[in-house]
Amino acid sequence: MVLALVLIALGLGLFAWKVSSFGFPVKPEETSEVWVVQAHVAVDPGAGSLKVSMQLPTRTPGYGLSDEHFISRGFGLAVDDKPWQRTATWAIRRAGSERSLYYRGVYFHDENRQEIAPRPQFPNPPLLREPFQTALLEIVDEVRQESADIASFTTSVLVRLNDPAPEDNLALFVEGPLKLDKAHIAQLLLSGARIPVLTIQGVRLTDDSNNAPIQTFIAAHDGEQWLYFDPETGDSGLPGDFLVWWTGDDPFVSVEGGRLVNSEISVKRQAVSSLSLATERAELHGSRIVEFSLMSLPINIQSVYEVLLLVPLGAFIIVLLRNVVGVRSFGTFMPVLIALAFRETELLAGFLLFVTIVGVGLTFRFYLEKLRLLLVPRLAAVLIIVVLLMAVVSVISHQLGVEAGLSVALFPMVIIAMVIERMSIVWEEHGPANAMLDGVGSLAIAIIAYLVMGIDLFAWWVVVFPELLLVVLGLTIALGRYTGYRLTELFRFREAVS
Amino acid sequence: MRALFSDWGKLKASGVLGLNARNGDYIMRLNPRRNYPLVDDKVLCKKVLLEHGMQAPELIGVITRTGDSEKLSEILRGEQQFVIKPANGSGGDGILVIVGIVNDLYRSVDGRLFDGGNVAHHLTNVISGLYSLGGQPDHAMLEALVKFDPVFDQIAFQGVPDIRVIVFQGVPVMSMVRLPTRLSHGKANLHQGAIGAGIALCTGQTTGGVLGNHRVTEHIDTGASIVGFTIPHWQKILEMSARCYEAVGLGYLGVDVVLDRERGPLILELNARPGLNIQIANRTGLRQRMERVEAAGVKDAPAEERASWACSHFRR
Repeated sequence: MVLALVLIALGLGLFAWKVSSFGFPVKPEETSEVWVVQAHVAVDPGAGSLKVSMQLPTRTPGYGLSDEHFISRGFGLAVDDKPWQRTATWAIRRAGSERSLYYRGVYFHDENRQEIAPRPQFPNPPLLREPFQTALLEIVDEVRQESADIASFTTSVLVRLNDPAPEDNLALFVEGPLKLDKAHIAQLLLSGARIPVLTIQGVRLTDDSNNAPIQTFIAAHDGEQWLYFDPETGDSGLPGDFLVWWTGDDPFVSVEGGRLVNSEISVKRQAVSSLSLATERAELHGSRIVEFSLMSLPINIQSVYEVLLLVPLGAFIIVLLRNVVGVRSFGTFMPVLIALAFRETELLAGFLLFVTIVGVGLTFRFYLEKLRLLLVPRLAAVLIIVVLLMAVVSVISHQLGVEAGLSVALFPMVIIAMVIERMSIVWEEHGPANAMLDGVGSLAIAIIAYLVMGIDLFAWWVVVFPELLLVVLGLTIALGRYTGYRLTELFRFREAVS
Repeated sequence: MRALFSDWGKLKASGVLGLNARNGDYIMRLNPRRNYPLVDDKVLCKKVLLEHGMQAPELIGVITRTGDSEKLSEILRGEQQFVIKPANGSGGDGILVIVGIVNDLYRSVDGRLFDGGNVAHHLTNVISGLYSLGGQPDHAMLEALVKFDPVFDQIAFQGVPDIRVIVFQGVPVMSMVRLPTRLSHGKANLHQGAIGAGIALCTGQTTGGVLGNHRVTEHIDTGASIVGFTIPHWQKILEMSARCYEAVGLGYLGVDVVLDRERGPLILELNARPGLNIQIANRTGLRQRMERVEAAGVKDAPAEERASWACSHFRR
């Protein structure tokens, strides 16, 4: 019983882990939305060697990377994989005419709260020339009196900055000769209050766009974490659709030995199967569960396992129907094999074919009894008759244009031959009624097993989460010690107690 | 649904043993697998019983090879009445009862005639394992037909009635007599249509029977009452059954006894997985009785004492 519980817990645990950590889809045909983000850089090379550097998304709160690649024919590519900021550097000795370079990344929604930059030092206040220095200090003093903490200080600065008619001190920065945008004015003012502050650049993943504008946000550190603000509105927090591309004031693209003609970022929404997304995520996390899963097998082998893995489910149903319900059948697992055959033939056709072949086979078997064949030759004769019958059924049904008859070839013929043999013995020894009862029982189990194994969800689960079969094993072991009455015994023993 | 629960409760309250409980709680616990061959192989079983001084129908011979089935008449040595049994058969499958040989034709108990070829074919079927547990190659046992005691003539149609005693840890706990009918072709097999009549364990008197799942008080072919019939030699049958426990070492055992006109009770065969219909025939459950035996701890007492313990504790 402990073993059963351990198996069930293990199976469910693995299942839950795969679902929650990698987003393996619980239901078939589930799709997830991903964003394909493509950066295109066009460069006009000079005479000598050309070197192009581009910022790459590194820390992306709210998004996860599932796949990325670079297209740069003839260029040598080096990705500088620093923890807080990655850059791609393409280099070529002689470029010739205008060249295009591409970066493409696939991103998906992810509830992570990655920090975009390390915990900063308190900055030294900037030293500006007059009258800016005095104005700066006055603004900072003023704002500080109206605010309680770093968040409210920043909001307050941004609200003032976005006032259509800014007060005099601020107007000096907005309209004055410094020619700073709002993000950088805010950065300057916050630095004046010794608040660690960063600008962050990124794109909005809203709609498909061929030229998504790079937007700037500012991030202020409150000693605990980075807080994000939109310098244009003063709103705090990053919008849900904002993909952080890089931090700081470095240019998006820098070119040595040539001229940047154009750089643009395009964004495209795509629906992908959740399974492939989960698989890619697991691979990126360096997890080996994909390598050691059925999904790593060749497709044709996979499709074999799609069927094989349903057998345990069928076996469990047999346990249930025989030991808990008390249905009688020929052979222990014969009904599962019949059910597997039904999967190929469809239920009604399979049922009719099975009854036909067993019925006709049984007639032949009664005739063989007269010939007094020994056991093995007789079994072989029945088997040969079954195969011939299957061929005849296929040919006739093809002539009649009933394609379902062709799938008869998928019936497990040895099993059918054994059924015929067993049935004829039960018929002789215990009478036709008993033979029919066992035959009907076998068919009923086969049909129930077929219906259960035909549930798409189960078929999906056993392939994507084969560990759930541990749960089936656990339940089987648990049922193995079921010593209560079988349902049919409630009727059988009625006379014993009345 | 409620009806099912109330049926369940009734069965449980009267201690009816289900198949799962029989297999899981009793057979697996009390019947060591290594002792199974002692009862599953009827030839071996007969030998063990004889060694323990018990009486069983006489063994005429054993046919182990297909070719030997031709030598049947040689082995029979003039014996006219005999039974062919698969040594490892189960549930009475493959048993052929021959009651006479007329003009080289073998007449079976239900009146059918077989020529030598038919019988040889049956023997080869038996030997190739058609009726054996798990389809293993088997051998055919030839056993002298019991000259059955005419006491049963009024309540049996053809065939030999046999008495089944369930022996639990050496204590007889329940018993019934299986009465062949026309429906069962003279076989004493409940699945094939024989009547099972419960027996009061102390007195050896029948208490009424079942056919299939229906209660009967008269034999359906002869019309004689099957209530209140006293089985002869009852005390001896109880003691013999109890002794089988020592012979084969199975805690949950079915003992089949037949009455021979001259030799008295004989042990026909033993069964390591006796069926549960006996509860219907006796209209009571096995479980409570077995629990009382276990609680009393009488399994190590001598066989006679165990039989009398059963008599005093299971009066009905």
